[in-house]
Amino acid sequence: MALEFRGVSKSFDTRDGGSLLAVNDVSFRVEEGEFVSVVGPSGCGKSTILSMTAGLYQPSEGEVLVSNQPVTGPNAHVGFMLQKDLLLPWRSIVHNIEFGLESRGVGRQERRARAMKELAHCHLAGFEDHFPYQLSGGMRQRAALARTLAIDPEIILLDEPFSALDAQTKLLLQNSFAGTIKDAGKTTLLITHDLAEAVLMSDRILVLSERPGTIIAEIKVDLPHRDQPIKRRQMPEVADYATQLFKHLKLEEKAA
Amino acid sequence: MVRTHATKFTSAGILALVLLAWQYLPTALDVPRFIIPTLSDSMIELKRMWMQESLLGHILSTALYTILGFVIGSLLGAVMGYLLGMSQFWEKVLSPYILALQIAPKVAFAPLFIMWFGYNSMPKLLVTVLIVFFPVLVNVLQAMRTVDRDLVNLARAYNLTRLGIFWKVEMPSTLPNLMAGLRIASTLAVIGVTVGELVGGNTGLGYLISYGGGQANAAMVFNAIILLTVIGFVLYVVLERIEERVLHYLPKAQH
Ligand SMILES: Nc1ncnc2c1ncn2[C@@H]1O[C@H](COP(=O)(O)OP(=O)(O)OP(=O)(O)O)[C@@H](O)[C@H]1O
Ligand SMILES: [Mg+2]
Repeated sequence: MALEFRGVSKSFDTRDGGSLLAVNDVSFRVEEGEFVSVVGPSGCGKSTILSMTAGLYQPSEGEVLVSNQPVTGPNAHVGFMLQKDLLLPWRSIVHNIEFGLESRGVGRQERRARAMKELAHCHLAGFEDHFPYQLSGGMRQRAALARTLAIDPEIILLDEPFSALDAQTKLLLQNSFAGTIKDAGKTTLLITHDLAEAVLMSDRILVLSERPGTIIAEIKVDLPHRDQPIKRRQMPEVADYATQLFKHLKLEEKAA
Repeated sequence: MVRTHATKFTSAGILALVLLAWQYLPTALDVPRFIIPTLSDSMIELKRMWMQESLLGHILSTALYTILGFVIGSLLGAVMGYLLGMSQFWEKVLSPYILALQIAPKVAFAPLFIMWFGYNSMPKLLVTVLIVFFPVLVNVLQAMRTVDRDLVNLARAYNLTRLGIFWKVEMPSTLPNLMAGLRIASTLAVIGVTVGELVGGNTGLGYLISYGGGQANAAMVFNAIILLTVIGFVLYVVLERIEERVLHYLPKAQH
């Protein structure tokens, strides 16, 4: 299922009665099965873009379309995952994974079957009866991915899902996420601060400006092994892409 | 709470010291018995109270109203807290009044309740309900305000209804605060009942305090105070046990 933004702007009301333009005239399209990353400075509206895709808020102007239908509210086609795993601490892992299925009229047995399948998929078999506090950060993120996949969304939205992890866990998790997402053929939008991560995982990268965020560059990553970031990482071209992103974000000027 | 042998041992040691001091210090310092009765005086009086003043009846009555007042008050407080927590409008409208009532000394209402309802169990029950109500309400309301917005958004993204979000996300998120509120409330419940019994009526340990005071029977007052403390303590410990069960999913501090 494709995802499209058409001339989307979003402003928030501020406490003093004014308004703050967070996202300005953003247009892009993510094709079915494509993996697109969004990078940009902190506060430029990346998470806002994600929330609008998930239907949590409406754009102030323009339209967000999922398979050519305007998004008017939360919908069953979209699953999202944040930096925080958002597991419910009072539920066991398997119950957490079932959470998204409960309001969709899926029967108890089928729920359990699907949850167990995703659990195994995300390498968490044997941990179904554990509680979130008993799992490591990386395992919790995998549980969150299993919960996202369990509802079988056509579009997956990821908001810095790896940024709280240590370098090794991150790499392993990126690899397993990339494989899982590619196999399932999901359309994916990844928001990240990590330029290398964007290069390793995406088909295409959108660069946003400072707030109000608008698209200032679009980079096509012409490298193989999208499903195996660990392999892609060894390619010399990766550094060139990262340098390009670096330039677009004017990081050198800012550091000076 | 992790209790090691060392803490248990020291705790018991302190208790023994206090009891010893209670038994021997007053006589050593020449304090008359009617001012500070010794441990053995109090025990003798306790036996007399049991035989002649139908102590058991008073204990049961106080325990009953403590529990009744606690249950009704915390139920009302929790329900009100959740309702206000779901409606920002009403919370804003009512919060100054809640604050005012929270500050007002609730026990001071006791004489009013006696004027309105007479010398029966209604006034002490009402004082207890009133005093228990606020800490539960305030704790629940505070917790409802600070429920993780991202969790609520996740639930919305999963198409949960407003009620579904309440039962599956908000209510469980607020449980730790609710339990903390209940613990505070349990200690206050005893105070509510005691004041109610002190100012009116002829049953309960609070009544025995005013009765014993009137007769200059310090041992009786001592005993009543100790028994009231025990009732409050038992309630608190029961709640603590329930809390441990309910909140089993919270990581325990490692020692
Ligand atoms: N619900 C909201 N109400 C008011 N302002 C908001 C709201 N959500 C976001 N904003 C504002 O919009 C701007 C963009 O926020 P957003 O969270 O989208 O940034 P971001 O690009 O995700 O930043 P970061 O990289 O730090 O996560 C910020 O200035 C933020 O203060
Ligand atoms: Mg963000």
